[in-house]
Amino acid sequence: MPGGDSFPCNHNGWHWIEHMRILIIGATSTMAEAVARIYAQRGADLCLLARDADRLEALAADLRIRGANAVRCASFDAALPDSCDTALANVLAGADGFDLALIAHGSLPVQSECDASVAQTRSELEVNLVSVLAMLVPLASHFEQRGRGTIAVIGSVAGDRGRQPNYLYGAAKSALATYLQGLRSRLHGSGVHVMTIKPGRVDTPMSAAVESGIPMISADEAARQIVRGIERGRDVIYLPAWWRYVMWMLCQVPEWLFKRFSF
Amino acid sequence: MTGNRRAIHGWGRHASFPATIAAPSTVRAAQAMLEEQTGSCIPRGMGRAYGDSAMAAQVLSTRRLNLVTAFDSACGILRCGSGMTLDAVLQLVVPRGWFLPVVPGTRFVSVGGAIASDVHGKNHHRDGSFSEFVDSLDILLGNGEVVRASRSEHADLFHASCGGMGLTGLILAAQLRLRGVPGPDLMRKVRMHGSLDETLQGLTQGPDAAYSVAWLDTLAGGRAFGRSILEYAEHVQGSEGAAVRTGNLPVPGRVSPLQCWSMRCFNELHWWGERYRGAGRVHYQQFFFPLDRWANWNRLYGRSGMAQYQFVVPGTPEQGGVAEILARVRASAHPCFLAVLKMFGPGNANPLSFPRAGCTVALDFRIRDGLAALFAELDAMVIEQGGRVYLAKDLYLQPASFRSMYPDWEAFQQVRERYHARGRFVSLQSQRLALD
Repeated sequence: MPGGDSFPCNHNGWHWIEHMRILIIGATSTMAEAVARIYAQRGADLCLLARDADRLEALAADLRIRGANAVRCASFDAALPDSCDTALANVLAGADGFDLALIAHGSLPVQSECDASVAQTRSELEVNLVSVLAMLVPLASHFEQRGRGTIAVIGSVAGDRGRQPNYLYGAAKSALATYLQGLRSRLHGSGVHVMTIKPGRVDTPMSAAVESGIPMISADEAARQIVRGIERGRDVIYLPAWWRYVMWMLCQVPEWLFKRFSF
Repeated sequence: MTGNRRAIHGWGRHASFPATIAAPSTVRAAQAMLEEQTGSCIPRGMGRAYGDSAMAAQVLSTRRLNLVTAFDSACGILRCGSGMTLDAVLQLVVPRGWFLPVVPGTRFVSVGGAIASDVHGKNHHRDGSFSEFVDSLDILLGNGEVVRASRSEHADLFHASCGGMGLTGLILAAQLRLRGVPGPDLMRKVRMHGSLDETLQGLTQGPDAAYSVAWLDTLAGGRAFGRSILEYAEHVQGSEGAAVRTGNLPVPGRVSPLQCWSMRCFNELHWWGERYRGAGRVHYQQFFFPLDRWANWNRLYGRSGMAQYQFVVPGTPEQGGVAEILARVRASAHPCFLAVLKMFGPGNANPLSFPRAGCTVALDFRIRDGLAALFAELDAMVIEQGGRVYLAKDLYLQPASFRSMYPDWEAFQQVRERYHARGRFVSLQSQRLALD
């Protein structure tokens, strides 16, 4: 089939699992929806968590039509710690075990608002960092017990270097990336794979993006690359892939010079 | 209105315009966003309209209304959100033996956009335009109400919205009737004509095929001007054709690789290439969407952008109307880099739908000084012959010409009045055409 994503394909080291069991947190984000569509076409069992219950229900119906074997969903709010904990506990209690968990929730704070308000800063950190870590703790032991599977987390290229317009977001994503590095190392021996996804320019409603000449990839293309990264057991992927080199170059700029940039 | 600030442009990239874009993901969110908003807005799908049809200071994007609600794979009935692309629809339905009965020249348009422009395909002479296969629409009106319009309920709204350029309300969802096909492949036949006269004769004398279209060389000199490759195709069984991978062309932003000499070389290669390739089995993506191979082909025209002039004139092509207009284009200082010709079947009852019985030609130009004047001249010739231009491609049409081309515009305005759309759904194009 076109694009090769409707039929299972075996890449190196990846064995096709029938009715793969997948947990997606933040399932109504554009990229997560696109990933869910790919797995739905392959007949996966999907478990979706997101805040917007209306959208979640519509998404579940869509995924069933596209071929998902079963779709369960529950809503939660990443800004409320209790809501996160109970939602995940319920999901993990009701499942035999997941083969893949994708954490995709987040928000894009306006830096100037955070600069003016401590409460805002705290709540953005809660959504973008603390809630993700709170999910990773139980998920890590869940996967460790199973002895296989993949935990994939959407971070951001903003975490690679602090920049003036979004350093709070960057700080949260940077801390997340560091946490994932340690987690990856811890779970390496137990056969669990941890992948960090760093979207650069992906065409989603969140990328407020001023129209610039730099090409973007579509959310569908990003999803294809995420799935391929999971199958190939990659540790860190950038979307689009060449963004890795852009960020590498950006990280080489000395701080005395970089602090003068305002982009 | 809450949303992202972003510069938007039409597919022709003639100019960018700063806009606030809201992308609701549910019906309730769309209602809330419309209610919150002051002033007017315009629905926008994939942004594939060439001109300013989907441009305004406030935009309601359907990009997130992209879910399938129901699919009956026994009878081929699909209900989906208006932001779903035709590509996504085809990827879903083709493996199950169904196809969209009408597809335009790109699969990267949304279902809502296809309805609002009432797009036509290479089979218009047999099957009519896209709206013939739409059973019903869910439309968000200017007063925040959601109504279902079909041929039996709110029929006036249904007909005005099909081809209505988003000026009647926001199309949220649609129910489409699909067509059963034996497989994803088509069998393609080719006929070549060496001059414009032969082309125009060949158009009506060709074989009776489900799909037919002609590529026209308008850069060749002398007698070869207007030489053409006529393509015919039918759905066939089997799936040997390969799907097309899309990619981006590495286009330098400032300099355009499209020049008369380079396009002459391309046309020559294309002409002789077709000579040797000839008939054969092709994947539907190759036959219907050749330009989709390059997702950013519109950037080829350089910084000034491009404009397409698509018109239809009634009568048979031999009668001279088309030849007269092409002669005027040939005599102008504006080279036409791509020209496509096709015969239309009878039109429909929608007040602003473009297709009507006759011969249609689409001509691509780079935008340069004087192009608007040329288009105005062509408009006059088209009106004289009782034809019209396609609003989804239009960039320069003036109110007086619009009214002579679309005499049902008053009925259209009355429907907009009745359904609270006037002053609520307004695009740069509708302002230019005095459809406020």
